[in-house]
Amino acid sequence: MSDLPRTATREPTVVWWNDRRVRAILYQVLVLGAVVLLAFYLVTNTLDNLESRNIATGFGFLQREAGFAVSESLIEYTPADSYLQVLVVGLLNTLKVSFVGIILASILGTIVGVARLSRNWLVARFASVYVEGLRNIPVLLQLFFWYSLITEALPGPRQALHPLPGVFISARGLKIPEPVWQTTHLWMGAAVLVGIVGAWAVGRWAARRRERTGQLFPTVKAGAALILGLPILVWLLGGAPTAMDVPELRGFNFQGGLTVTPEFTALLVGLVLYTGAFIAEIVRGGILAVAHGQTEAALALGLSRGQVLRLVVLPQALRVIIPPLTSQYLNLTKNSSLAVAIGFPDLVSTANTAINQTGQAVEGIAVIMAVYLTVSLSISTFMNWYNQRLALKGGR
Amino acid sequence: MTRRFEETPEEIFAREEEPVEPHLAPPAHPAVGLHTLIGGWARQNLFSSIPNTLLTLLCAWILWEAVPPLLQWAWFGAVWRTSDPTVCREAEGACWALITEKHRFILFGLYPWGEQWRPLVAIMLFIIALVTTCYPGFWRPWLLGLWTAVFALCALLMWGGVLGMTFVPNDQWGGLPLTLILSVVGMVCSFPLAILLALGRRSELPAIRSVCVAFIEFVRGVPLVSVLFMASVMFPLFLPEGVTIDKLLRAQVGIILFTAAYLAEAVRGGLQAVPRGQYEAADALGLGYWRKMGLIILPQALKISIPPLVNQFISMFKDTSLVIIIGLFDLLTTAKTALADPQWRPFFVESYVFVAMIYWGFCFFMSRYSQFIERRMETGHRRT
Repeated sequence: MSDLPRTATREPTVVWWNDRRVRAILYQVLVLGAVVLLAFYLVTNTLDNLESRNIATGFGFLQREAGFAVSESLIEYTPADSYLQVLVVGLLNTLKVSFVGIILASILGTIVGVARLSRNWLVARFASVYVEGLRNIPVLLQLFFWYSLITEALPGPRQALHPLPGVFISARGLKIPEPVWQTTHLWMGAAVLVGIVGAWAVGRWAARRRERTGQLFPTVKAGAALILGLPILVWLLGGAPTAMDVPELRGFNFQGGLTVTPEFTALLVGLVLYTGAFIAEIVRGGILAVAHGQTEAALALGLSRGQVLRLVVLPQALRVIIPPLTSQYLNLTKNSSLAVAIGFPDLVSTANTAINQTGQAVEGIAVIMAVYLTVSLSISTFMNWYNQRLALKGGR
Repeated sequence: MTRRFEETPEEIFAREEEPVEPHLAPPAHPAVGLHTLIGGWARQNLFSSIPNTLLTLLCAWILWEAVPPLLQWAWFGAVWRTSDPTVCREAEGACWALITEKHRFILFGLYPWGEQWRPLVAIMLFIIALVTTCYPGFWRPWLLGLWTAVFALCALLMWGGVLGMTFVPNDQWGGLPLTLILSVVGMVCSFPLAILLALGRRSELPAIRSVCVAFIEFVRGVPLVSVLFMASVMFPLFLPEGVTIDKLLRAQVGIILFTAAYLAEAVRGGLQAVPRGQYEAADALGLGYWRKMGLIILPQALKISIPPLVNQFISMFKDTSLVIIIGLFDLLTTAKTALADPQWRPFFVESYVFVAMIYWGFCFFMSRYSQFIERRMETGHRRT
């Protein structure tokens, strides 16, 4: 009996190399050591190689003159500007196509996802064919297809399609009239912002009132009226300026007007159709995940089918939808780097040209990766915040 | 607000017995029996069926407008056989003659013409091995032997150099064999790496965990294009002077590292789904870490993660097409190169449709397979 307490407190007799704590430290030291050694080996090799090939190192090249033109840019850019400038142009183009792509793919995906669950047999089949067809074909192949379709199958500028006055569709892209800049437009932009804020406020107020009194308010219509109506009102108040810069055929190409380039169109269409198919499946899965009793209960309460979808099913489905949707948004952003294959000047494309011209591959690729990591992290942070907000709202 | 009625324990029990997995539930038809349930809804339903009717009419109209011209183009007006592109230019329909003329180039790339039976046999072997692997009844140790044999045979066939077959260096490989090699070798090699990464990410040792987390999150945050660029322009700089590895291997390494990060997340999902009791039971039996993982946890975790793994394989199969950007001759590159001849260039649709159908066939088969496996799993292990 007197032995018992001693055996209970005695350390188990193990040799030191079998001790778990020793082993834990040993393993970690080994792994870290291997990682550090590998990194050291790669870095010294790289430095040696760079030296023997007379390639400069460091980010000094960013200040030098880029010397190449890009086909489209959101900011002023000439070949005399620096590499930093051209990379910013590329980044803005990446953000542009990703932003527009994410919005359009979400809309398309939601419509198709709901359509695939439609009671209308024909509509459901259409949606199925679209989803199963496009998501099983590589997105790059689709991009090539759309790009070829635009540049090969559409007529040249001289025989451009002319569906509406001032609108020309040709192998050189889509040409539309551009309003001549006036201060009224600035006010209209402000009005759109005010409209969006107003619509959001109305939405909140309507939701509160609905929860308190059960009375419904046509939120969607009111929001649309605010967002569209306010700018139109401002436009009318500003004397309804109608001066337009209409594209005109001069020589072999169009002058004036706003251009949507074939590269941008092909990239956007390809990304939206491909990602839309995945989003459709996510939306469908999310709606199916809402217990059927919820729909029945809402119908029994006397809500219309549209209200059931909007007020009962979608808010619950969103919780299932958001996490996979986030990864689709990230995929779309990352896939926009395929622009390099069809010549749209995105970040990867401009950085690639910079690498070819300067030979500074390490720095160029580091820039690409750093930027994509930042963009990916920002998108996932935002979506996580949105997801948490949705989760809290449910009061669970 | 008070609850109108309380559920009896039996009802609660019955409710919980219902299938919980949403995708297993039968498709929802919320309006079935609506008329009989609530008479007042009939009018609303009639009202809502006007847009429904309109939708049906719209779909029917699209079909009516699209299908006959499509059939006319793809079949009735198509040119099937000619070596003269001008014949195609005059024809109304598709120029499948492009495929008849160039299919061997599209399928096998620059592989020597007279030797193309070798990649063909290699593809057949690959497909037979894949199909065999798909049947869960065959998941036995001999399958590893089969795959080793298939890999050895394929390498032998592709490279040659023995048994009277001429040697074909791998910069002449191309087309479908290259796509299959990149994806199957990529999958096989990244899988063990993925398991290690997933285990590392779930490890209790902070240093190992952070190394794995950093690798996985870094790779998942950047596009494959940048990884391939890195493989093509940075790998040569990483190696000591005088050592070179060829482009195919570099791209393969890039694809393996990229896929490993994504597969690791799929495996991690499986590891997390294994009930904690299993871990504790393994500990209680006094098993060490590797035996605990190898004998108890991983067999269950991998089984759970088969559907996401297959999905990842599908997306990697599609992603191998990106090697066009670093100039490898995969299936997509050959399809594009076949159009380099200006005479054939207007018939890009035919070339892309041909290749798209090959990709689609593989991917659709795999996604159906993933669904089949998922159903099979649900009835087996997870419920108990």
